[in-house]
Amino acid sequence: MSETALSAPDAPELSETRKLLRRMLGQKAFVFGVGLLLLFIAIALLAPVLAPHDPYLQNLTARNVPPFWYEKGNWAHPLGTDPLGRDYLSRLLYGARISLLIGISVVIISGLIGTTMGLLAGYFGGRIDMLMTFLVTTRLSMPVILVALAVVAIVGSSLWIVILVLGLLKWDRFAVVMRSATQQVRSLDYVAAAQAAGASTTRIILGEVLPNIAPHLIVVATLEAASAILLEAALSFLGLGVQPPLPSWGLMISEAKAYMFFSFWLIALPGTALAVLIFAINLAGDGLRDVISPEGRT
Amino acid sequence: MLGFILKRLGLALLVALAVSAIAFFLLRLSGDVAVAIAGEGARQADIDLIRETYGLNRPIVVQYLDWLWRTLSGDLGTSIYFKTDVASLVMAKLPVTLILGLTSLVFALLISIPLGVLAAIYANSWIDRVALGIAVVGQAMPNFFFALILVMLFSITLRWLPVSGSDSWLHYVMPTVALGYYAAPAFMRLIRAGMIEVLSADYIRTARAKGLPPGKVVFKHALRNAVVPVVALAAVQLGFLLGGSVVIETIFALDGLGYLAYQSITYKDFPVMQVVVLLLSVVYVLLTLAADIANAWLDPRIRVA
Repeated sequence: MSETALSAPDAPELSETRKLLRRMLGQKAFVFGVGLLLLFIAIALLAPVLAPHDPYLQNLTARNVPPFWYEKGNWAHPLGTDPLGRDYLSRLLYGARISLLIGISVVIISGLIGTTMGLLAGYFGGRIDMLMTFLVTTRLSMPVILVALAVVAIVGSSLWIVILVLGLLKWDRFAVVMRSATQQVRSLDYVAAAQAAGASTTRIILGEVLPNIAPHLIVVATLEAASAILLEAALSFLGLGVQPPLPSWGLMISEAKAYMFFSFWLIALPGTALAVLIFAINLAGDGLRDVISPEGRT
Repeated sequence: MLGFILKRLGLALLVALAVSAIAFFLLRLSGDVAVAIAGEGARQADIDLIRETYGLNRPIVVQYLDWLWRTLSGDLGTSIYFKTDVASLVMAKLPVTLILGLTSLVFALLISIPLGVLAAIYANSWIDRVALGIAVVGQAMPNFFFALILVMLFSITLRWLPVSGSDSWLHYVMPTVALGYYAAPAFMRLIRAGMIEVLSADYIRTARAKGLPPGKVVFKHALRNAVVPVVALAAVQLGFLLGGSVVIETIFALDGLGYLAYQSITYKDFPVMQVVVLLLSVVYVLLTLAADIANAWLDPRIRVA
């Protein structure tokens, strides 16, 4: 009986979803951002098909070939080759995989930690809330890049260590946003109804609270993914992130630094790729936030 | 008000203590310091001797309390790489980073206040769009990439500015721009949103109805109120800028704390690493404490919370 009572409000929710969808599609910036993001995802997935060469293959007879728009460029290597003779277009395409993998994995780890903390603190309040505030304040006071650099320097650096370190550091915004969203939701009627129906606390949190704050979760996830990608690029740029020969865009910029005087395009291409990817994620995230809370638009 | 300040002060102290513990244990538990000090290929006898002299064979909690006590009394240990006293090393570099942090903050405010105000007054016009464009690019562009573009433009092509070093004020120009631009979008959004809200308020309508010149209305009446939340953000952003200084100072070899942090990390210089992490975190804790108090002073409603 309680089952039907609880599932009754489902019907109007469906049309709510449809309304949301219509609002989303009405936003040009959001649609453009998502489209651009899908393009990056397609590139990452199809890199082996799209890339004209093996991104790791060094060809010492074709080193420092400039891109096609230079006089000395040729179409065998449309975006030229790096100082080791590796095809730059292929490396750039494979680089999308690293950035997206970083963004997604870091958000999964930090999202799990932060959302759990935020849900517990927002739902129970009191001491648990105080503990969370303390943990978040402590975490925020330590610069991510500095702590990540220090840990990576000690533990050693690899793609997975970078993911793990960033994931364990970047839960603060999830915790803060999920906490306030939970606080708003927990006093609403349907939570009280579930409590009255005798649902367990776990079930209320996972079944009633979490689905209703999920849109906020997605917005934070986009922001954090963008920030994680930039942090990985910065770590790799400093030589303490993803290690060669992996084609991380940040690492490619670092490797090209010595050649910036003659071939600035070696820096400009991965730099632009990073900027456009972050731009796409931010656009999608901002658009989503506007759709969810139109009144909070800035 | 006093109760509020005391409560915040207590939290700040607890956080500082937690940070010190993290700085200590993180760097201690993740590697054997004695082996790191001894260097590669050291004999076991040497490692044992180092363990003995540095007191590394005592329980870790005792080592932490000992380290904390010595840190508080100003003895920050000796740098393994630079072979000098960590306290004097850090104090020599701190001014460079503080100057860079402040100049970047000022630069960020100098571009974001006018642009934010204009974007709010002419909302949805081309000025608003240009301001939005500048903010969007600032948010998307990796700051080290932007820094390299500046180097390419102003050092290599135009030869106006030195590439690296920290000898004259000219060396601060590019780091300031690179770091400040990165902090500007957050201010711009806040000022634009605040101005739009304030400009539609009743007292602005009154001021306009009285026939005050538009410039006076905007700057004397509106901006003054829209700028209040910027004070709080400025403190927090200054903290972020200190973190960002690690990357920017390293690129420009600007001899501050950020560059020292990078050097100590690459040379596995643990005593220096610990102190830099601790110092930058404590500066951030103090900044947020100052922002909290300033906010409560400006807006009495917060004091109750």
